Amino acid sequence: MESILKRLKKGEIFVADGAMGSMLMQRGLPAGMPPETFNLSHPEILEEITRLYYNAGAEILQTNTFGASPLKLADYSLEEKTEEINRNALKAALNAVDGNAFISASCGPSGKLLKPYGDIESEVMYDNFYRQLNVLINDGIDVVCVETMTDVQEAVLAVKAAKSIAPDIPVMATMTFDSTPRGFFTIMGVDIPTAVQQLTAAGADIVGSNCGNGIETMILIAREFNQLTPLPLIIQSNAGLPELRNNLPYYPETPGFMAEKSIDLVQAGVSIIGGCCGTTPEHIHEIRKALKPR
Amino acid sequence: MDIINQISEHLQKGEDQKVHKLTKSALDQQKSPLEILNDGLIAGMNIIGDQFRAHDIFLPDVLLAAKAMYAGMDLLKPMLIKEGIPSRGKVVIGSVQGDLHDIGKNLVGIMLKGAGYEVIDLGNDVAPEKFVDTAKGNNAGVIGMSALLTTTMTVMKQVVDIIKREELSGQIKTIIGGAPVSKAFADEIGADEYGYDVGHAVERIKAMTGHN
Repeated sequence: MESILKRLKKGEIFVADGAMGSMLMQRGLPAGMPPETFNLSHPEILEEITRLYYNAGAEILQTNTFGASPLKLADYSLEEKTEEINRNALKAALNAVDGNAFISASCGPSGKLLKPYGDIESEVMYDNFYRQLNVLINDGIDVVCVETMTDVQEAVLAVKAAKSIAPDIPVMATMTFDSTPRGFFTIMGVDIPTAVQQLTAAGADIVGSNCGNGIETMILIAREFNQLTPLPLIIQSNAGLPELRNNLPYYPETPGFMAEKSIDLVQAGVSIIGGCCGTTPEHIHEIRKALKPR
Repeated sequence: MDIINQISEHLQKGEDQKVHKLTKSALDQQKSPLEILNDGLIAGMNIIGDQFRAHDIFLPDVLLAAKAMYAGMDLLKPMLIKEGIPSRGKVVIGSVQGDLHDIGKNLVGIMLKGAGYEVIDLGNDVAPEKFVDTAKGNNAGVIGMSALLTTTMTVMKQVVDIIKREELSGQIKTIIGGAPVSKAFADEIGADEYGYDVGHAVERIKAMTGHN
């Protein structure tokens, strides 16, 4: 299969998958348990969810490895299982698709803070991501997705780790921004120009944003990115911000609404559109229909 | 500049060693520990809190200021205890379920300490009984609970119910926060207060404990 970067260069638009955690909870993941425990106990459920997204039209499917770096797994005394957890996630994703889709290695924050704000040295953070991504890259993912980052230094270390394992592996890097009266910033104070500059310098091939916002705000974020970089852009929006209904979080943006707005995202220069918290296979199905009617 | 103001200024810049040194000097100059605490450390953290709420500064600045606050606080604490000066009260905090983003809860803890409270942070994934038992065992007047996206919030209701059942209402008050939680939800489960962000939560806890 031709690499995703070549196809992006030709102007192709891609649809990525949607939320994983909420799907796992519907299938019995107890609240408070890290989603990655299912990589050990129920890989067939990962496979089922990935297949749902694949059948819905997703062309980029993420491994269930958002929290599968050893520093993060250590919160649950699972760091020794890092290799097995990542390997199983990739196997499940590969089983679910027939080779006509890209498998993306989800790589989320370590949950720890770098010095001087926290107590983690840069080298430790780098090794953390290296250990996780080494498994995923060597076992055959197509693209790395460093996501939901709020500290650009942490994101940079993850991107660099990926590129040092395999210089040619395509790397997407996305951060989570809040809307403030002074513009978009992550909670760590990173604005979009800084994110673009640092992630590009680290070697990211595709940049953008995921989580934290509904799709209308994401259109504004995408426009700002588009003015600052020639790199392909990725946006993975929440289905709005959660409200509470019957004591359960409810995400208000419907599949139809997100599909309609995803056309605006493409007009804002975005090439890869997927979903984050609250999105479902139905959302992805409608987005695919809106963006690639055929 | 007055040494107390200097402490506040350097705390806001996140200079922990400076704050440590200045706190020491202030004590050597016979400043009262309470004055250093209230007009130096707490005053500085109040400004940091306001700036964070206004998005003028971000998490890193708050974390560095908190480090500086602890650098001063460590010196003052034994003296405050020796002089029998009570804290503003004890608050038990925790996340009701294990989650990725416990930063909001941690910030509430930092800001409460910065406001002169004793904070017992139970961390993540805290069972309802543990919240109540810890509050009882430590004579804490407030339990603060945080919940995250996509988790159920039944633990919050269980805590409130235990407090009612054990007839501790009024003695132990509850405040809840976190992305999926709302004022309506707080009312529904019978929690005493709802904090919509870090600053607001600290403000409400001050009101609940009779400080302002």
